[in-house]
Parts: sequence; structure tokens; C-alpha cells
Amino acid sequence: MDLLEYQGKQLFARHGLKVSSGKAVTSVEDALVAADEVGYPVVVKAQVLIGGRGKAGGVKLAANESEAREHAANILGMDIKGHTVRTVWIEHASDIASEYYASVLLDRSAKQPLVMFSVEGGVDIEEVAERTPEKLIRHHVDALKGLSHEEGAQIARDGGADADVVDGVADALVALYEVWLAEDATLAEINPLIVTPEREVKALDSKVSLDGNALYRHPENQSLSDKENEDPLERRAKEEGLQFVKLDGDIGILGNGAGLVMSTLDVVAGAGGEPANFLDAGGGSNAETIKQAVDLILANEAVKAVLVNIFAGITRCDEVALGLIAAFGEIKPSVPFVVRLDGTNDVEGRRLLSEAALPNVHSAKTMNEAAEMVVALAAGQPVGAPA
Amino acid sequence: MSVLVDEGTRLCVAGITGREGSFHTLNNRRYGTNVVGGVTPGKGGQDVEGIPVFDSWADAMSEAQPNTAMIFVPPRFAADAILEAAGAGVELVIAITEGIPAHDELRVYNTLERDHPGTRLIGPNCPGILSPGKANVGIIPASFFEQGNVGVVSRSGTLTYQIGNEIARAGFGCSSIVGIGGDPVPGSSFVDVLELFQADDDTELVVLSGEIGGSAEEEAAEYIAENMSKPVVAYIAGFTAPAGKQMGHAGAIVSGSSGTAAAKAQALEAKGVRVGRTPTEAAAIAVEVLGGASVGA
Repeated sequence: MDLLEYQGKQLFARHGLKVSSGKAVTSVEDALVAADEVGYPVVVKAQVLIGGRGKAGGVKLAANESEAREHAANILGMDIKGHTVRTVWIEHASDIASEYYASVLLDRSAKQPLVMFSVEGGVDIEEVAERTPEKLIRHHVDALKGLSHEEGAQIARDGGADADVVDGVADALVALYEVWLAEDATLAEINPLIVTPEREVKALDSKVSLDGNALYRHPENQSLSDKENEDPLERRAKEEGLQFVKLDGDIGILGNGAGLVMSTLDVVAGAGGEPANFLDAGGGSNAETIKQAVDLILANEAVKAVLVNIFAGITRCDEVALGLIAAFGEIKPSVPFVVRLDGTNDVEGRRLLSEAALPNVHSAKTMNEAAEMVVALAAGQPVGAPA
Repeated sequence: MSVLVDEGTRLCVAGITGREGSFHTLNNRRYGTNVVGGVTPGKGGQDVEGIPVFDSWADAMSEAQPNTAMIFVPPRFAADAILEAAGAGVELVIAITEGIPAHDELRVYNTLERDHPGTRLIGPNCPGILSPGKANVGIIPASFFEQGNVGVVSRSGTLTYQIGNEIARAGFGCSSIVGIGGDPVPGSSFVDVLELFQADDDTELVVLSGEIGGSAEEEAAEYIAENMSKPVVAYIAGFTAPAGKQMGHAGAIVSGSSGTAAAKAQALEAKGVRVGRTPTEAAAIAVEVLGGASVGA
């Protein structure tokens, strides 16, 4: 779960990382009140979960009220790469002497936390890693011990931080590690981590991803994330407990098991089609889940045909068939379906479907055949006999 | 032979008294797995259809001497259950539980490494291990697999069934099917399991089924090139997955430009591993290498 900049900064502040005081607002009037509170000059920053805000004109400095009004009015409602700006963060502008970079993440390969630090902050860190890898310090932390101040100071020195801020950087790294650990983050990043002319070390930006599996122990974080820009279908899926990702195509996909569904997307794309979604109905999906899933897929108006691809292990094909029959009874889909049932109770499942004689439902024997059929149907071409 | 589970398996199950736990434990016993007990704190002394329940792993160990643990408890209790089983001296822990926080997995992985190096963890968020004809620990539907000489290692359950079933339909069987799970910090990686298959006399070929996220497939490619004499055939899911979106499994996510299916397939092919573009093609390549019906180039 990715957090907006200001949400990440609030977590930073909770763990003693220095951030500028600021306020998240959703209207020009509130922006001006906030600017008065934090004091001019202020920075007006678009709050969206996408990089390149500055280049898109979503981050502006305002010296006075008229500038703040102009910038807030321009930025609120702005579209940045498909994300509509509904919230801006107003903070007191910081004087900057140096821009550093710091992050803590879960290194899946090393199976340890990884702290990264560079004095080349404020730019795309992947570019720094590529062009001047020696300027990006990578330090693995013992997950069972945590990051000590001494280690943090060594990282700062190795990275070439100015001598008089080594201590301040170490404090920031330890606090960032604490954010990562205590909040169950998978990533906690500051870019830039600034040094002010007064030699204060401060987080000017934040990028935080929280582990959705750990939210049960952080009730205070459950309301975070960018709800307003969340896809409405994805939000509904989350509420219904379905694993769903909205995609851009026109072929609805329903399957069981994450790997099989990912594979189904690939096979459909390989057959020349474009999937409209990822939907994993789960290992033990029953008739009710199948009905809910069909309903969700069809709520996407772009969908021209649906592929149901089941290889049943714990799932039973007869349950899936019953779910489809129930769904058709209530929803009466207007688009064609291709159904491939294989695995546990597949014969019974296919018999149920065939007896129900659902309109515009086609049966396929294999995954590849099913993909070809659904691509043809989405393109308005006829396929073989219905199920 | 086979790897990890067989006739010598003595299984004890954390969460045996739960609905899912009891259902699958009894399923495993029906298959022929030697189930010696279960652990549910507070329910020691009871039994599940004749299988004794213990309060703790220490009790289970002294009373029933399990060598294999299966973890079926909810996510918030799973990390402690794994460590308790390891602390009691269980050599193999198979964690089925899905939804364990990544930080817990990190703590478990590193604690096992430091304090219990003799314990191997498979999973979490995995379907378990099946050695056809010998033992089944977990939720893999055994009826799709025949006994034979193909080793299967996979991050996905249903994809494993799909591929294993196609191999079975072509007349071949499996030595063992090992699900390592779809989480970011699995207890065992592809490399760990490839090492076991390489050493297993009955395994002639290995099918590796990977997916987007992390770099376990790239590491496997290096390992195969340097250490494996047996052929490996691979399949990777998620070529069309968008970056930054978690595709069902907690670990199945392309982060920026890393962890893509294309990069994984490329890494494997660069080391001479044949990669099927569909599960059907991967199974067909495996069958071809084993000397079965040939597929087109």
C-alpha cells in the first residue's frame, strides 16, 4: 500500500524524523489558511502517487498570498499522468544547502533490510545507481539487531556526507529504519534528504509503502492510501475480498490461483487479446465467490468477452459451474463467455454447464484453445458450437 | 527416491483443530502420510480422528517425535508457530498459511538461520510438498500427479497443478512437487530446492515455475549453469503484468524495472534453460527432453 507524500511525512514525524510543518488541504481557501499558519514562503505540492510531479508543474513555490492562490488553483484538479490532484500539501519552504538521498527497503534477495544513502539526492536514484554506483552506499542491516547510530554514522561517512552533519544523517537513518520497522513498511524513502544552511537534516519528500498483510496491527494506518484516486472497481474488489487488478483491455479474466491467472493474462495476450483485469477467485472459491467475481468483471463496461479459466485443486469445478449458473440467472450478461474447467470434478462441472444451456457460453478444452476463442469473440468473430 | 517428504515423514500439524487444518491433515493421512500429531495450545489431550493433539511443540516432540511440521494457523500466529516447531528440533517446517507480514517472514528467516540452522522452512503461502506414491504434506491435489522422475518446484499452486497434470497426461510422473510459495521472503528458494533435486537419484529433469517479483529466478539461472547436470525446463508467469501492481501473491510485483518476467526468462535462457511461453509449452518441452512426443521448435 503506497502512501501519499504527506501521509509518509506524518509517519516520519511520529518516529522523530525532522520534516517541515505543513498541512494537507483540498481547497484554495484552505490552502491560504494553511499558508498563513506555516508562514511564507510556502511550497504547494500536489499529492498523487506518481513520480514526476515537479516536471508536470505540480510543485510550486509561493512567496505571498496571491502566488499561493494562483498555484493552489492551478494544481488542485490538475491531471498528472492520469492521477487527478485532489489534495495539496502546503509546507513552509526550506532553504537548501545540500540534497542527499536515503532509503530503507526489504532486500528480497539478501533477505535482510537494506539501507541506501547517497549525497547525490534530489534526482532519480536509479540513474545515480547506474551512472555512478560508487556514490550510492548500500548497507545490509542485521534484521535481528537493527540499525545502530554508529552504523548510521559509518554509512554517512562512507557516502561522503559533510563532516558536520554525519551525526544528523545518522539520526535520520536510524529514525527512517524505525519507520520502516515499526510501521511494517516494505519501503521508506527520502529524496531529497536536505541539509539546511543551519545544518539541520530534514526530509523534504517521502515515499512509503506499507505491507498490506501487516495492517491488522496498525489500525491507525488502515485509512491511509490514495482513496480518491483508487480505481472504483479495485476498491470494490478490496471490500469484497477479491484479488483484482484493473487492466486496460476488453477481455474479462476469471481464474483461480495467482499464478494461473497471471499465466492466463499472458496466454490471452499471446493470442492477440488484451485482458481487462486480473481476478484470482482464490484456491477454495465457491459458487458465491464466482458470482461476485462475474459481477465485478462485468461492472467494467469495456469488457467485450469473458474467459473463465479454472484448474481446480481445492476448488471444485461443479461449484464453479453452479456459481456461473447462479450469476447468469441474476446478471444476464450481454457479452459472450468462454469457460475452461479442468481438474477436480471437471466432468460434473461441464455437465452442469451444458445442461443449463446458458446463452452465449462456450466451452473450451484447454487454456490455449480458450484464449483463442475468447480473443475471437471479443473481436466479434464467431467460434464453434456453444457449450 | 524423492525430496523432503516420503515414507519416513512423521508429520505434526500446527492448527490441526481448525476447519482447514483438520480437513487437509486428514486428506494427507488418507494419502498415506504418517501423521503423528497436531499442536493447538489449550487443546492438548484431545484428538482429531485418532491423531493426538498436544499443547506445545515440545510436548509433541517428546511424545510423538515428528520430523516434519505443517503450519496451518492464521497469519498472526504463524511466525511463532514456525519458530516453536524449529525450537523443538523439527527438521522440516512447511508453512501453508497465506498473509503473514513480510517483517515476520524476515524475522523468521533470519532467526532460523542464526538459531536453528538444522531446520528447513518451505513456504509460507505455499501449497506444500507432494512425493507421489509416498507422502503428501499440504494441499496439493495428489490425483493429478503420477509417480515418476520429474521434479517440480514452483511459486504458484494452481500453475503447478496445470503443468504437472499436462506432464501426467503425456505419460510421465513426478519425483516430488515442491511449492516454495508466493511471498517476498520464502524460507527456501528455487536454488535450495534445485540443489535437492540435483542430488536426488530419481529426479531426471526439473520443471521450474516462476513468476514476476524478486530475483529468485535469476539466482536459479546462475545456480543451474554452475551446479546442475540435470536438465531444467522453466515457465515464467506475468509477462503482461503492469509495474507496481501486486498480482495476487504478496511477492508477485514488478518494482520499477526489476522483477519482470521478460528479464527472468532472458536470464534463464542465457544460461541454456529452455523456457516455455505457456504452461502447455513448458510441459511439452519437458516431455520432449524426457524422450516423449516431440514439440515443434
